[in-house]
Amino acid sequence: MISNDLSILLPEIVLSLYAMVALLAAVYTGKDKAATLLVWVTSALFVLLALWIGTGRGDEIAFSGTFVNDGFARFAKVVILLSAAAVLFMSENYMTRRGLLRFEYPVLVALSVVGMMVMVSAGDLMSLYMGLELQSLALYVVASLRRDSPKSTEAGLKYFVLGALSSGLLLYGASLTYGYAGTTQFEGIIAATAGGTSLGLLFGLAFLIAGFAFKVSAAPFHMWTPDVYEGAPTPVTAFLATAPKVAAMGLFARVVFDAFGGVVGDWRQIVAFLSVVSMFWGGVAAIGQRDIKRLMAYSSIAHMGYALMGLAAGTALGVQAMLIYMAIYVTMNIGTFAFILSMERDGRPTTDIALLNGYSVREPLKALALLVLMFSLAGVPPMVGFFGKLYVVQAAVDAGLGWLAILGVIASVIGAFYYLRIVFYMYFGEEKATLDSGMPPVLWGFLMVSAAAMVLGVINLFGVPQVAQRAAAALVDPVVVVVVQ
Amino acid sequence: MGNILSLTTFIPLVGAVILALFLRGDDEAARRNAKWVALATTAFTFVVSLFILFGFDASAPGFQFVEDREWLLGLHYKMGVDGISVLFVMLTTFLMPLVIAACWEVETRVKEYMIAFLVLETLMLGVFCALDLFLFYLFFEAGLIPMFLIIGIWGGKDRIYAAFKFFLYTFLGSVLMLVAMVAMYVQAGTSDIVQLLEFQFSSAPMTVLGLNVLGGMQTLLWLAFFASFAVKMPMWPVHTWLPDAHVQAPTAGSVVLAAILLKMGGYGFLRFSLPMFPVGSEILGPLVFWMSAIAIVYTSLVALVQEDMKKLIAYSSVAHMGYVTMGIFAANQQGLDGAIFQMLSHGFISGALFLCVGVIYDRMHTREIDAYGGLVNRMPSYAMIFLFFTMANVGLPGTSGFIGEFLTLMGIFQVNTWVAAVATTGVILSAAYALWLYRRVVMGDLIKEALKSIRDLTAREKWIFAPLVAMTLILGVMPWLATDITGPAVANLVDDVETARAEFAATTQVASAESEPATVAAPAADAEAGEE
Repeated sequence: MISNDLSILLPEIVLSLYAMVALLAAVYTGKDKAATLLVWVTSALFVLLALWIGTGRGDEIAFSGTFVNDGFARFAKVVILLSAAAVLFMSENYMTRRGLLRFEYPVLVALSVVGMMVMVSAGDLMSLYMGLELQSLALYVVASLRRDSPKSTEAGLKYFVLGALSSGLLLYGASLTYGYAGTTQFEGIIAATAGGTSLGLLFGLAFLIAGFAFKVSAAPFHMWTPDVYEGAPTPVTAFLATAPKVAAMGLFARVVFDAFGGVVGDWRQIVAFLSVVSMFWGGVAAIGQRDIKRLMAYSSIAHMGYALMGLAAGTALGVQAMLIYMAIYVTMNIGTFAFILSMERDGRPTTDIALLNGYSVREPLKALALLVLMFSLAGVPPMVGFFGKLYVVQAAVDAGLGWLAILGVIASVIGAFYYLRIVFYMYFGEEKATLDSGMPPVLWGFLMVSAAAMVLGVINLFGVPQVAQRAAAALVDPVVVVVVQ
Repeated sequence: MGNILSLTTFIPLVGAVILALFLRGDDEAARRNAKWVALATTAFTFVVSLFILFGFDASAPGFQFVEDREWLLGLHYKMGVDGISVLFVMLTTFLMPLVIAACWEVETRVKEYMIAFLVLETLMLGVFCALDLFLFYLFFEAGLIPMFLIIGIWGGKDRIYAAFKFFLYTFLGSVLMLVAMVAMYVQAGTSDIVQLLEFQFSSAPMTVLGLNVLGGMQTLLWLAFFASFAVKMPMWPVHTWLPDAHVQAPTAGSVVLAAILLKMGGYGFLRFSLPMFPVGSEILGPLVFWMSAIAIVYTSLVALVQEDMKKLIAYSSVAHMGYVTMGIFAANQQGLDGAIFQMLSHGFISGALFLCVGVIYDRMHTREIDAYGGLVNRMPSYAMIFLFFTMANVGLPGTSGFIGEFLTLMGIFQVNTWVAAVATTGVILSAAYALWLYRRVVMGDLIKEALKSIRDLTAREKWIFAPLVAMTLILGVMPWLATDITGPAVANLVDDVETARAEFAATTQVASAESEPATVAAPAADAEAGEE
């Protein structure tokens, strides 16, 4: 039995072993000199693992339900691995030039990815917490990677303190749930809630959700996001904005459906509330931002609001919409951060939006790519970002949450303003401020591929909806069976 | 020629891609090449679209040249035209070469300018051809992007404010329509416009936030669509983005905006609001009538006091669109035929008027009315053309402007005499502002020093105006050329709407009859009876 269980966990085991071997090897050999090589190898390994996991089929359950490897987990893992690989690959050049590339960086990223993979596969509150903490601890360290910069250290510390608070909330919720359900396994919890939730379980649920909201940075639990995004080195910000968000949303969906799928009505209000507040606050607060990293932080808050809208629907369609939305969101963010990583003035990195003035005259192609990404983030058709919004709105209306859909689209108009402002600087601005014109080929490639995907995706979204549909069915349908019993 | 609609729609996009990929440099030759490529593309599109017009069977009410392909989950890439939309397709392809020719003097970022217009043409044609809700929405919304750039990059002094206002205003209107579309999709199970036209949306009364909504779902959906199309149209009081956008947009941008983009709102009313929600249109019809009547009178008065020529014509556009909305929701043959006719004729006339302003703006770089006067002395041809279109704008019999106004007024007269009476005063007011504008700009002695060396129309400009003059006259004298094509489709639409309304009236009567003996049993019907 054990060997069978372990074989299901094999990708995670491989990745953890790799991380430890890489750590030792780097320590005993060239230390930071090996870092570049490690980055390449780690990215390659992520891609290989993604291919391996992507070809898997069927539901596999290990360690008596503690670890679930179903279609949903596989979808999330593939998105996590590919986005982590892309971000790692993008960051090499930037970090080498700034002297930031330490061999710990790829190792820590690999470890946090292991944590994320465990998160989306969790079938038990214990494995959930282990995955979450592994991911978070690795991220706290990477956020303060630039040790001599007060801002970076501040970001790491803030992230750590608030992250610890959220973990505390989550643990409190988990212990309440355990106390009232009598088990930490999701299967047991869903059986315990078959006849409705007791007050204690409801409290547990609320605290769990508050913990998750911290991790996905949904308002009103978003306070750490802008500061951490701003303070952390840009490649780390890019990483924070992509893979961990997918993992946290996956975990969120996993818990509310696998453990509380029988009592959708109990958590729907909370999720819908988080969604509305995130969408509006993400939109309104970003208007005043002049720093593109802070702007992207608020943008990600708003986007999490839309993803949560899909979750709030509480249906398979909603989960499908959420997964599609996350996949699109990650693609857009990789392209945008590829651009942000290349923003330099006189050889020094900058994040000031005003420096984009007149950019389209000097760099028409790159400006066009960024324009496409901005309109996509704003959700204007025919860019793919629009289809993400279309799916979540459809899921919400289908579930009878018309009011949520209406508020969501109104918030998207507010959000459109600040994306348009970037376009405004690039295309309408006076030609005075200057960004350096060069761009490393890797970043250029990611920017162009991401922008092209946003336009060409209009043809069939690259088949993502079909895959997401199967993944959502894997998560939601078993729940229905349990409810019927 | 099974896919001629897609062909027509995407030829401009292909032209844009060719420009983007193969045209290098920014010297004189490159700029000229960009203009020629764009002109050739739009002209070719027009030639191809002629096959649609000549292949169109005007006697059949249904959709023709239909193409249908699977698209994303459940949605379809479906194109087709009927008597209502085919003329808008022709209007677009006809005007675009003229628009390109009108921006021949542009010198800044010519390649991008041409690309923006070509992309915009594809999107506009897509709007009129799309037969899938979300495909329509995609084209409808995507048109904002090139227009935003056209206003923002090549516009006037306050272009940034105007561009943002234009984008956010129309975006806000449209997203509500998106939610309504999703609701329709969820309810009817299809996003196919042909099937949705036959689908009966529930008109049973329902309660929203404690308010009893007569006409239920239909009324709510109608309102959401109205939010979008009324902004696009634009109707009073949500017209305020239009004068700003027009004034700041470059001449060619103004022409496209007035001649084609505004028609999308009217087309939306014809395609969605009226046929899909006949009951909603009936219940809220009086609202539209009075909004239109106010629009006609109020914006005409506002036009009277403008000092900027473009702003004056922009307000006159709003007034003329008032006739359109009035005619559409009158929902009878004359009203609908007149509305479509008015939109086509306004496409030619307002486009030409903006070009007239563009001609003197190119020479003097000001749009202030006070800066001009006595142009007739040095620009006789210009004075002739401007007079012709001023008269057409006023609605002089013999020009197409007259037919549109007359038919819509006749349509509304049968439904609501008071609204017709108020709206008719607009005819007088339009004569007042248009003729006064003409007097101040063209007539009188040439006393301004700066104007003493102004040149008359060049050959290029004359060639741009010639087709517009021809169309205005032809449609004015032979209106049946257009109404024969729209007629059967409109008759079909009127039939459907009247059937649906008769059914609704019958059910309402039954409900109120039932509620009299047993008031407790049917509280909803009771409340509805109370409102009547």
